[in-house]
Amino acid sequence: MFDLIKDTLLSQVRTLWLVFSHAFVKADTVQYPEEQPYMFPRWRGRIILTRDPDGEERCVACNLCAVVCPVDCIALQKTEDEDGRWYPEFFRINFSRCIMCGFCEEACPTNAIQLTPDFEMAEYVRQDMVWEKEDLLISGTGKYHNYNFYKVAGKTIKGKDKGEALNEAAPVDIRSLLT
Amino acid sequence: MAWEVGSYLNIGAILALVIFIAAMLIWVERRLLSLWQERLGPNRVGWFGLLQVAADMIKIFTKEDWIPPFADRMSFVLAPAIIMVVILMSFAVIPFAPGVGIADSNIGILFVLAMASIGAYSVMLGGLSSDNKYALLGALRAAAQMVSYEVFMGISLLGVVALSGSFNLREIVIAQSDGWYIFPQFIGFVIFLIAGIAESHRLPFDIPEAEQEICSGYHTEYSGMKFGMFFVGEYLGLVLIASLLTVLFFGGWLGPAFLPPIIWFSIKAFGFIAFFILLRAAIPRPRYDQLMTYGWLFLLPLSLLNLLVTGAIILSTQ
Repeated sequence: MFDLIKDTLLSQVRTLWLVFSHAFVKADTVQYPEEQPYMFPRWRGRIILTRDPDGEERCVACNLCAVVCPVDCIALQKTEDEDGRWYPEFFRINFSRCIMCGFCEEACPTNAIQLTPDFEMAEYVRQDMVWEKEDLLISGTGKYHNYNFYKVAGKTIKGKDKGEALNEAAPVDIRSLLT
Repeated sequence: MAWEVGSYLNIGAILALVIFIAAMLIWVERRLLSLWQERLGPNRVGWFGLLQVAADMIKIFTKEDWIPPFADRMSFVLAPAIIMVVILMSFAVIPFAPGVGIADSNIGILFVLAMASIGAYSVMLGGLSSDNKYALLGALRAAAQMVSYEVFMGISLLGVVALSGSFNLREIVIAQSDGWYIFPQFIGFVIFLIAGIAESHRLPFDIPEAEQEICSGYHTEYSGMKFGMFFVGEYLGLVLIASLLTVLFFGGWLGPAFLPPIIWFSIKAFGFIAFFILLRAAIPRPRYDQLMTYGWLFLLPLSLLNLLVTGAIILSTQ
């Protein structure tokens, strides 16, 4: 009988007291439009295209992001300017399909495509969810301030020949080995 | 029209206030639940979200009121009306304060118990006429639960009746001027509290509804204002049980004179309502057979014992 009372009644009373004591705990709710939640810097939100420190587009239109994208929301077309730099003719992300997985950011060899903590992307018209390159491209460098792909890559462009990149040895003259 | 028990003014005011309070309880409950669950609850519509009820009402009145083609139309429509009518009728015998009340019936307690029994029909008819297996299960559970808990709901009150020597609720309150019945009738109070929750099928005894098991039970097929009537009926039942506990065990309107009697009554009744909401926030629902076992094998003998001991003490002190 005592065990019954202990197991049923007292445990229930204790439960009641514990739940009641939560009245004196501050609510966890963040009242969103007025209060903004803290967004972590690595939050995977709105996708941007960044520029290198010289202000040129980082994207070299390699298509790796479009290939890795699990929902196929990225579309782009490669083209080349007179300096020999590759860049996308158009770069289109359909945010109504995008699942913010961040694979494109991981796949990107030039740190061009990056995800940001911004999540407020609601639109009234579905077509407005499709973002073109001019919407995606920002004027800054994003998370990587000093990285410049053409400065470290072996690709020849106007004003920088092979062997002139940072930490790059001059190309070996294979015919010199014969002498 | 004079302000006396049973005047039209009195009846109208009590009817309007009771329904208004029952509707506002939807907001109160949501705010209190969220307080205990470390949330905020509805706080956007109006001051502190007070107009949430108005928004809910607009929504529920403009919703499609769909009657399933396979339902038994007449009893389907009748069922939600019964619970509202029956519970509002029960308020007729509640004495809120000196001079405030609808009727001083000399069979007050019996009237309330009778109305509660008829209330069981509402749930049963609603479940049966829906022709839906979940609704039927809910109705079966409701019938069994309400019938078995009514038994010792009545018996637990007999101690109070024996002490005060009256079935009239107003006289019971007056008889408590020299001591509330919570002290001599503590076991009766606990049993009536539990039976009252089971009778108004509130959580944790909302086994007839049990969303997680039988998809809101007897009112599965109801929509629009018919569902709203079941919903408000539940809150009316909550107010009724809180008022009855106040009247029978906590001295009704009695209290120190610095507050008017009706305020004392409201404070006590609201305390019980808050306690019921706390129960909902804290206690999980028992299994159906546990509820029945608990009722018949524990509460019924206990209430009989309580009655027996009370009677013996009254006889020996006479």
